[in-house]
Amino acid sequence: MDNVADQATQGKPGLFARLKQGLAKTRRGFSEQVTALFLGAKVIDQTLLDSIETLLITSDFGVSVTKGVIDRLTQQVERKDLSDAMALKNALRAHLLGLLQNTSSELTLDGPGPQVILMVGVNGAGKTTTAGKLAHHFKQQNRSVLLAAGDTFRAAAVEQLKTWGERNDVAVIAQHTGADSASVIFDALAAAKSRAFDVLIADTAGRLQNKKNLMQELEKIVRVIRRQDETAPHSVLLVIDATTGQNAIAQAQAFMTDVEVTGLVLTKLDGTAKGGVVFALTEALGLPIHFVGIGEALDDLKPFDAELFVDAILQGAD
Amino acid sequence: MFDNLTRRVSAALGQIGGKKTLSEDNIAETLREVRLALLDADVALAVVQDFMDRIRQRAIGAEVGASLSPAQSFLKIVNEELVAVLGGASEGLDLNSQPPAVILLAGLQGAGKTTTAAKLGVWLKQRENKQVMLVSTDVYRPAAIQQLQTLAESAGLHFFASSIDQAPEQIAKDALQAAKRQFVDVLIVDTAGRLAIDDDMMQEISKLHGHLDPVETLFVVDAMTGQDAANTAKQFGEVLPLTGVVLTKADGDARGGAALSVRQVTGRPIKFIGQGETIEALELFHPDRIASRILGMGDVMSLIEEAEQKIDKDKATKLAKKIQKGRNFDLSDFRDQIQQMNNMGGLTGMLDKLPGMGNMAETAKARVDQQNFGQLEAMINSMTPKERSFPDLISGSRKRRIARGSGTEIQDVNRLLKQHKQMQKMMKKLGKKGGMTNMMRGLGGMMNQGGRPF
Ligand SMILES: Nc1nc2c(ncn2[C@@H]2O[C@H](COP(=O)(O)OP(=O)(O)OP(=O)(O)O)[C@@H](O)[C@H]2O)c(=O)[nH]1
Ligand SMILES: Nc1nc2c(ncn2[C@@H]2O[C@H](COP(=O)(O)OP(=O)(O)OP(=O)(O)O)[C@@H](O)[C@H]2O)c(=O)[nH]1
Ligand SMILES: [Mg+2]
Ligand SMILES: [Mg+2]
Repeated sequence: MDNVADQATQGKPGLFARLKQGLAKTRRGFSEQVTALFLGAKVIDQTLLDSIETLLITSDFGVSVTKGVIDRLTQQVERKDLSDAMALKNALRAHLLGLLQNTSSELTLDGPGPQVILMVGVNGAGKTTTAGKLAHHFKQQNRSVLLAAGDTFRAAAVEQLKTWGERNDVAVIAQHTGADSASVIFDALAAAKSRAFDVLIADTAGRLQNKKNLMQELEKIVRVIRRQDETAPHSVLLVIDATTGQNAIAQAQAFMTDVEVTGLVLTKLDGTAKGGVVFALTEALGLPIHFVGIGEALDDLKPFDAELFVDAILQGAD
Repeated sequence: MFDNLTRRVSAALGQIGGKKTLSEDNIAETLREVRLALLDADVALAVVQDFMDRIRQRAIGAEVGASLSPAQSFLKIVNEELVAVLGGASEGLDLNSQPPAVILLAGLQGAGKTTTAAKLGVWLKQRENKQVMLVSTDVYRPAAIQQLQTLAESAGLHFFASSIDQAPEQIAKDALQAAKRQFVDVLIVDTAGRLAIDDDMMQEISKLHGHLDPVETLFVVDAMTGQDAANTAKQFGEVLPLTGVVLTKADGDARGGAALSVRQVTGRPIKFIGQGETIEALELFHPDRIASRILGMGDVMSLIEEAEQKIDKDKATKLAKKIQKGRNFDLSDFRDQIQQMNNMGGLTGMLDKLPGMGNMAETAKARVDQQNFGQLEAMINSMTPKERSFPDLISGSRKRRIARGSGTEIQDVNRLLKQHKQMQKMMKKLGKKGGMTNMMRGLGGMMNQGGRPF
């Protein structure tokens, strides 16, 4: 296991680096070792299973999901369903995809009137940036978009969203810092209705899920929006930073309890973090992953693609 | 999931029974539990492996203490080792240099650098009376400069204005000049968030470091970070000569294994933790607090240590023997227990240290405090020895006498008797496996019975 320990701290390029940079850049690190492992191994032995375990743990799958996957593979091996390392790899891939079943779905918004998207999540996850990217996404679909600066707390949060508005040539409804978040979003919805916008994207302040009062503020936002349109918000997107570890589970549970989260956005996948904790989320909570963030630019938001995601985790293991 | 490591380790170590030392064999299962707990707390796998080796070496051959169960002895070793690896208590910043002393902040996107820049400024201004100037070299993230400016103004700190059409290196040079001209003591330089694999951006910060020659180069890391913390810290550490770490968002409920990963991989001390969004929410790092959090054990450790020091060992042994022999736990024993708990800071003091109890509502605590130990003791003191040994004797008239003698009400006497019964039942169940942990679990149950709100 010594070299595995080394690998875990070695530099590995981002999962989605190849989406951006193509395959040109040489890659060294764990995934290659996995390839070598699968290729080199003629038989399935404990070492190989241990390496898979290492791969999953270092990708933030967490102990419980990892154990589930390994147990299942072990059973298949014992039943002699899997004859060689390649078969094992395929079984692993199939199993991981199975965990993501029904979770990659497009974010469809096609009711009457402005469709309201509420961005929620912990501090610094990427809500404001994703709101800006989503505005771009919907504009590409020829839909009219309005932004609401619902983060009235953090320093310069309003200015940050306004910059994204300018980049997209999209109006931003905002008040001063310290204003009531719910009333900013309420006003924005009124504006979106009267000016017949297709989509309203409401940013909110970052909040850690263990802060009761802040979570109640979110409930209030939803309550207030519903006074105008009881079908709103049509989508509540929980933004999760791919570098987050097991705490993402607590985040999802808490946000789902306080507001009806409808889906996830997984940001910062252009880094070295693998975002494996979403397997625990989708399995336990059945939340779809709508998008992944792969950078800081306007078009660095991609629809979630389960196969691509799993292959990136097993990257190079062909 | 693994919150109750104490329980799991107790179960795993149950078999060692009478043996007085820990051995390779009897701790194998236990080591596994600890490993899982660490992984669950997001400690990077490589760091976990390293750490488990240390534990194995320390634990094998260790003697099981007289007043501690094998599980407690083992967990004490784990905790001590964890605290040791996490490093000593933080000594804050080392600003010994020709002023202006420069502090450079580095880290991933959204880690909390800008907020921390302002927090450090407030810290130095308020506690060390320093003249502090803040500057942002983040020309990328929308409104990043404005964010720092707003924070600087609200804290009354000097702010060196920069703009997004300038090069970060130029901003740094100009700010340093200005800091010298204005004779400020400390210049804090905020930087854009960057990925460790972004070569251009890593080169940029390396150059910034070259120009600024900071006394402190701090790696800012989010307490919620998972396995990637080790990778990232390593790569930042290769590009920058880090002097310390700031762990942010520790006011959340993440177990914070990233602290251990980053500490181990960079070899640099964790100097501060961020405890909130406001600019005052910064604290010096305390390794023991993070250790028990990573292990998910509240402050069980300090409780164990106190138990070791303060519990009257003779009485404890006598009681254990008595119970083992199947004899009754009478009211004199109850009084001894009460006195021992009193020695340990009372029930509230103990509850504070137990996992999951830390957040107990203040009102609940207040009500527990009403359960005044002194009162319980006074009531037992007002009994005859015979009554203490055979509480069933205590009839209505005796109750009245005891209440009068102790300045309490009959209901109080009733409650005491009920609690004692409760405790007695528990002690019976305990049989051979006595010990603080069990006793405390029982205490929780006892209070519940009395209609207490937890
Ligand atoms: N590399 C990378 N950076 C991202 C991505 N998404 C967001 N970021 C960066 O992460 C940082 C935080 O993003 P924000 O959008 O401000 O996050 P937030 O959730 O709105 O933060 P708060 O409002 O402070 O809670 C910024 O520096 C963003 O540029 C991504 O997909 N990749
Ligand atoms: N609860 C809590 N929030 C924090 C803490 N430190 C920072 N934050 C919040 O985390 C978010 C990101 O903080 P920033 O200071 O903007 O992070 P940054 O590293 O400068 O981000 P970039 O410049 O985009 O890379 C903001 O919402 C902050 O208010 C902390 O200790 N506790
Ligand atoms: Mg934001
Ligand atoms: Mg910043």
